[in-house]
Amino acid sequence: MAETAPRLPLDEPVPAEAADTVLYLDGVSVSFDGFKALNALSLLVLAGEMSAVIGPNGAGKTTMMDVISGKTRPDRGRALFKGDIDLTKLDEAAIAELGIGRKFQKPTVFEHQSVFENLELALKADRGVLAALRFRLSAAQRARIDAVLETVALGDARRRPAGALSHGQKQWLEIGMLLMQDPELLLVDEPVAGMTDAETEQTAVLLREIAETHSVLVVEHDMEFVRALDTKVTVLHEGAVLAHGGMDVVQNDPRVIEVYLGR
Amino acid sequence: MGAAIGRHWPRFGLDRAGQIFLALVVGAAVLVPILNLMVAETSALYMPTYLVSLLGKYLCYGLLAVSVDLIWGYCGILSLGHGAFFALGGYAMGMHLMRQIGDRGVYGHAILPDFMVFLNWQELPWYWMGFDNFAFAMIMVVLVPGALAFLFGWFAFRSRVTGVYLSIITQAMTFALMLAFFRNDTGFGGNNGLTDFKDILGFNLQADTTRVALFVASALALALGFLLCRVIVASKLGRVLVAIRDAESRVRFLGYRVERYKLFVFCVSAMLAGVAGALYVPQVGIINPSEFAPPVSIEIVIWVAIGGRGSLYGAALGGILVNFAKSYFTGALPEAWLYILGAMFIATTLFLPKGLVGTVPIWGGARGRRQAATDHG
Ligand SMILES: Nc1ncnc2c1ncn2[C@@H]1O[C@H](COP(=O)(O)OP(=O)(O)O)[C@@H](O)[C@H]1O
Ligand SMILES: [Mg+2]
Repeated sequence: MAETAPRLPLDEPVPAEAADTVLYLDGVSVSFDGFKALNALSLLVLAGEMSAVIGPNGAGKTTMMDVISGKTRPDRGRALFKGDIDLTKLDEAAIAELGIGRKFQKPTVFEHQSVFENLELALKADRGVLAALRFRLSAAQRARIDAVLETVALGDARRRPAGALSHGQKQWLEIGMLLMQDPELLLVDEPVAGMTDAETEQTAVLLREIAETHSVLVVEHDMEFVRALDTKVTVLHEGAVLAHGGMDVVQNDPRVIEVYLGR
Repeated sequence: MGAAIGRHWPRFGLDRAGQIFLALVVGAAVLVPILNLMVAETSALYMPTYLVSLLGKYLCYGLLAVSVDLIWGYCGILSLGHGAFFALGGYAMGMHLMRQIGDRGVYGHAILPDFMVFLNWQELPWYWMGFDNFAFAMIMVVLVPGALAFLFGWFAFRSRVTGVYLSIITQAMTFALMLAFFRNDTGFGGNNGLTDFKDILGFNLQADTTRVALFVASALALALGFLLCRVIVASKLGRVLVAIRDAESRVRFLGYRVERYKLFVFCVSAMLAGVAGALYVPQVGIINPSEFAPPVSIEIVIWVAIGGRGSLYGAALGGILVNFAKSYFTGALPEAWLYILGAMFIATTLFLPKGLVGTVPIWGGARGRRQAATDHG
């Protein structure tokens, strides 16, 4: 039996278990024209760990990312960052500045700029207009970009326009951009969509590495990839938590089998 | 060439095409005075004064086109109301020139411009105060368009109005201003606008030397405006702008406040347009509300598209060349001009998506790939 994820009533003070969480979703509901994409979803992401959320297409995974990153305002509920910052009150830029980085399901890079420039744009630095006008890349920053280029295996492609990369390379570039931001929490939405098996495997290794020093929330519908991440998973279905636990336990849960195979 | 870019022009990121363009503009600022003032009128090389002013006018259009390219080519803000900022700069200059007329007007009033005397006004409206002072007027030339752009952009960009909706409200803005300036009681000369200027800084506006000086000022304004825009687009700020143009929401998730970036370039652009308008007015001798007409602003965007969006010099060349063609055709085939302009625009869109400069090898070809990727979106 899978243990059920905590479901907490709304409008309560921050609970004790939220203390060492980097993210705590508390009864979040989002509806689109009456359709509930998220239905009183509650979820914890522990600091310094990798958490995985799986679920079939349409389960609400991306919508959950949208709420956390400020793209979508929930109808109800809170998204608490580091215990007491309610993300639902902030906009995208403020949330990013707090240290939450996001990789999109459909890889979104700046196609007309080089791989290097994409990373430079993501590089953690003063985001003000005048600071950008005066900005000069320091030697240390250049070295960091070079290091990340190595990490995501794009060293040879540094001068190429990002639009000329393969789909898988764009996914990696976006992960590289996340690393440049050096966020406390990384939101990673379906990182292996459209990747070959070998690329998928490398991505799992990369994410595990990243999770050693960051909190990571990965969303996927590919069960095999999530298995390779080797972490506890939360199963999302119709905008709410269906099951939570180790991959083996979850995969044998009859309700999970039903939502995955029943489609 | 790639290495030379970095070594000689680090802050401007000037490629060879940009250097050639700059050399041409500065060269014109040197050559035209010689051809007009130092060459005998009988010589084949003599450049008549009317031509000097005509070229000066084109340079103003070139600067206006550069200002539009800064926001459209690099940040994806398609303003169809930039004629308004140009006209406001022009009116600020016109108001100064009106005050300079003093008691030499038809009615001979010491302070009031003719049209106010005609309307039986007793005293100068408060917003005309200070315009007798050249420095004050020049500050207003940039401040008024800048302030309007700030107000407009503050509301539009914060509420995330983009794309065609933004274009439409820029049209509405310039249309509303046109209606206001057409009214006599707004105090800007109604549909006649401001005209009959006599002199500037004490120099007769009809004198060859004054005309040449205005031409040189226009050339320098274009060169400096171009360089200013180059500094912006060659900096990281410029790369953020291109990123906004290509994937606006992605930029927000990187922590950039998109609305502030847009507001910044929109204001810079409006101020440059104001400077262009201020230099235009003494050379053509009149400013009236037709400059605010929505089609005028649309035409500016067409210059930029024809010249080549996203390279700055392409836009400037578009502004200059299209208006050269306009002068020619409105003389030769007056009814046909709008059709010709439309046909040029459609032909560029279909066959030269990067405009004239994206097609001619010397302008488009000799640039590093990285530069091209950034500049020619
Ligand atoms: N902007 C939107 N407008 C209307 N419906 C939406 C919108 N975004 C998502 N949905 C719907 O909400 C549900 C959840 O979508 P999503 O979060 O993208 O699922 P997942 O990422 O798990 O595949 C889907 O049924 C989707 O059609
Ligand atoms: Mg999704």
